[in-house]
Amino acid sequence: MSNQLDHVIKGGSFLIEDIGPDQVFTPEDFTEEHLMIAKTTEDYVEKEVLPVLDKLENHEFEYSVNLLKKAGELGLLSTDIPEDYGGLGLDKITSALIAEKMSKAGGFSISHGAHVGIGSLPIVLFGTEEQKKKYLPELATGEKIAAYALTEPGSGSDALGAKTVAKLNEAKTHYILNGEKQWITNAGFADVFIVYAKVDGEKFTAFIVERDFPGVSTGAEEKKMGIKSSSTRTLILEDAEVPVENVLGEIGRGHVIAFNILNIGRYKLGVGAVGGAKSAFEITVKYAKERQQFQTPIAEFNLTKEKFGTLASKIYATESSVYRTVGLFDERMGNLSEEEAKDGKNIAQSIAEYAIECSLNKVFATETLDHVVDEGVQIHGGYGFMQEYEIERAYRDSRINRIFEGTNEINRLLVPGMYVRKAMKGELPLFEKAQNLQEELMMFMPEIPGDEPLELQKYLVKNAKKIALMVAGLAVQKYGKELEKEQEVLVNIADIVSNIYAMESAVLRTEKAMNRVGVEKSKQKLLYTEIFCQEAFNQIEQDAKETLIAVEEGDTLMMMLSALRKLTRYNPINVIQKKREAANAIIAAEKYIV
Amino acid sequence: MNIYVLLKRTFDTEEKITLSNGQINEEGAEFIINPYDEYAVEEAIQIKEEHGANVTVVTVGGEEAEKQLRTALAMGADQAVLINTEEDIDEADQYTTAKIIAEYLKEKEIDLILAGNVAIDGGSGQVGPRVAELLNIPYVTTIIDLQIDGDRVNLVRDVEGDEEKIEATLPLLVTAQQGLNEPRYPSLPGIMKAKKKPLEELELDDLDLDEEDVEAKTKRIEIFLPSERQAGKILEGELDEQVKELVSLLRNEAKVI
Repeated sequence: MSNQLDHVIKGGSFLIEDIGPDQVFTPEDFTEEHLMIAKTTEDYVEKEVLPVLDKLENHEFEYSVNLLKKAGELGLLSTDIPEDYGGLGLDKITSALIAEKMSKAGGFSISHGAHVGIGSLPIVLFGTEEQKKKYLPELATGEKIAAYALTEPGSGSDALGAKTVAKLNEAKTHYILNGEKQWITNAGFADVFIVYAKVDGEKFTAFIVERDFPGVSTGAEEKKMGIKSSSTRTLILEDAEVPVENVLGEIGRGHVIAFNILNIGRYKLGVGAVGGAKSAFEITVKYAKERQQFQTPIAEFNLTKEKFGTLASKIYATESSVYRTVGLFDERMGNLSEEEAKDGKNIAQSIAEYAIECSLNKVFATETLDHVVDEGVQIHGGYGFMQEYEIERAYRDSRINRIFEGTNEINRLLVPGMYVRKAMKGELPLFEKAQNLQEELMMFMPEIPGDEPLELQKYLVKNAKKIALMVAGLAVQKYGKELEKEQEVLVNIADIVSNIYAMESAVLRTEKAMNRVGVEKSKQKLLYTEIFCQEAFNQIEQDAKETLIAVEEGDTLMMMLSALRKLTRYNPINVIQKKREAANAIIAAEKYIV
Repeated sequence: MNIYVLLKRTFDTEEKITLSNGQINEEGAEFIINPYDEYAVEEAIQIKEEHGANVTVVTVGGEEAEKQLRTALAMGADQAVLINTEEDIDEADQYTTAKIIAEYLKEKEIDLILAGNVAIDGGSGQVGPRVAELLNIPYVTTIIDLQIDGDRVNLVRDVEGDEEKIEATLPLLVTAQQGLNEPRYPSLPGIMKAKKKPLEELELDDLDLDEEDVEAKTKRIEIFLPSERQAGKILEGELDEQVKELVSLLRNEAKVI
């Protein structure tokens, strides 16, 4: 798609710039190969993983190892590994689609994701030629399994506060590592760990640690609430001997690797959550069609339809946002020269550019998933509380997503900060835009958008962006550097920005589809967009109002609230009716459809 | 060895099928390789892996069938042929398809032709045998095992649950029954390679055929969905009474005895 785009879109710029539908990647743009690879992943999950999932849930992890090998044979471990090192070197859309389809495998998808993502990518992106040659071919086939060890008992969100230390031995051949890494996915069977430790207690550094190195061991299997089919243990390093050539990246620059890998982990979780939400939704719709009460399938009750309409609209917005973001990575990487693309740091940079979008996706997608599984259990009624029903596991499996790869709170708090930094560095003209807006708002008159499809939704997106700038501009002006402490305000701003990204992504995707196949064939997409935009916009209004009241007072507050009222004036649509309509199509198809 | 596989694109009967205006609603339907043809593709690839062979998949249909051909290529077939009849033919039946395929195959050097035992949509099971007749080669249907030894072929045929062992010689056409093998799904390298494998597209003209030559011999009168299944009935009471009631129901209500 690189040729379709006339310029590379800057990270976070959606808040102040408008783009056309041809500038976004949408799930309707998947190529034939993408779809075939998605099908292979689905078949793999259906035929190989699901039949033994109970064994995995029971911690019989020899099955996980075999399953990962089988995945390796199919090429499902090598999309992100360059061809030079035994991989396939495919685009990011492909690896995203695999992550989406894999999520139906519950906790096993976490094993897969940890291996191909946070486990292997540090070497792909930051390894030396020798390290890549040594480790990647076997990681691509699944002969060796990777894990990622950052968290410690005392340092979770505060990752750089790690206590694990590394000290060069006298012969200067090995670093001696001491410490404990907690909650390490795949620890039960992984052969290779990416471990962070502080050299001489100061310099935060990444190491490639093999399970067989002297002094490396793992603790007992953790007893978790969900994703039980993935192995989670403590990695224990007692005078662990790591050869000096296994330092990953530069000494004292481990945070660069950690933050880049977090970005990737976050967007991948977003994609996984889309897949999880779709499959939990499908299970629920099927159940609701079968389950009869008062001689009526419960799917036929309007309150069930309301839930289906709400959830499917959210899934649509999430899916649109997530794939739009992955499209941005691919677009930027496509602009790298062959030589540049060989340096993993440039690849990492292409993703880091969209760190804001990565955080937004992580938060929005995992909360959509949690909403879907929660209502999924609810629609199942008492049966949803029983372990025989798949939705019970989905509900438990979902919960961790809001916690790992940076809690949703941390990710929310990061968003405004990243914007301010981009503005300071002159990467995004946020301050200028906010300045201009102040003048514009003085004379702002609400418009009445026309009746054409999406006209109202585009108007809502446009005004939502103004609201975001107004609120964020005010907060920066008021608190300056102290804004960091106003966490409630920061989170409100992040939520406004998040809803804008989701609304705009849904609108652009629907517009692109309408341009391509017409309004009639895009009806379901249009319904989702109408429903979601209205509900998200109402939420934005709430968040903005609460924030203004907290930040300002007196006459200025009155003026601001009046501006907000003008920006939020529009003729709402009948969402109850729209949700019934959307739900009818869903019930007929027995799954989420677009 | 030259192996040809006859393949049909069908809708997935595991998905929900709806009718509109007396036709199957293609909007939203999922399309797949006919599952029995998938056994045929898999068998061809296994023979290729064991003995070495060139595997060509052939289909008659429209542009859309390219997707299923690509899947067969991704599984491991060497090349594909799409005989596109979209513009020439409105009404086709098994005769039409068999005639076109036979015309395409008659000039080829053939050792083995594999087809599905039946297509899950039309369900006639005729195309394979008809092609063999037209090419004047022997055929064996519903096979569940196939071993090649030089020119000789040892086959096991499923006969409604029993097994029949058959010895045949090449060239031969066989149709695949469930149980013949477990079809693989395409690996990622397979999918990427399939992009570059040859896919030839032909039309009736290229085979020197006119529409009249392949005109359908049968006519479809109506398409309808199976009637909804009625709720079952559980008989209660003593065993004697249950039996009596069952007999009475079979006689008076179901009228089967």
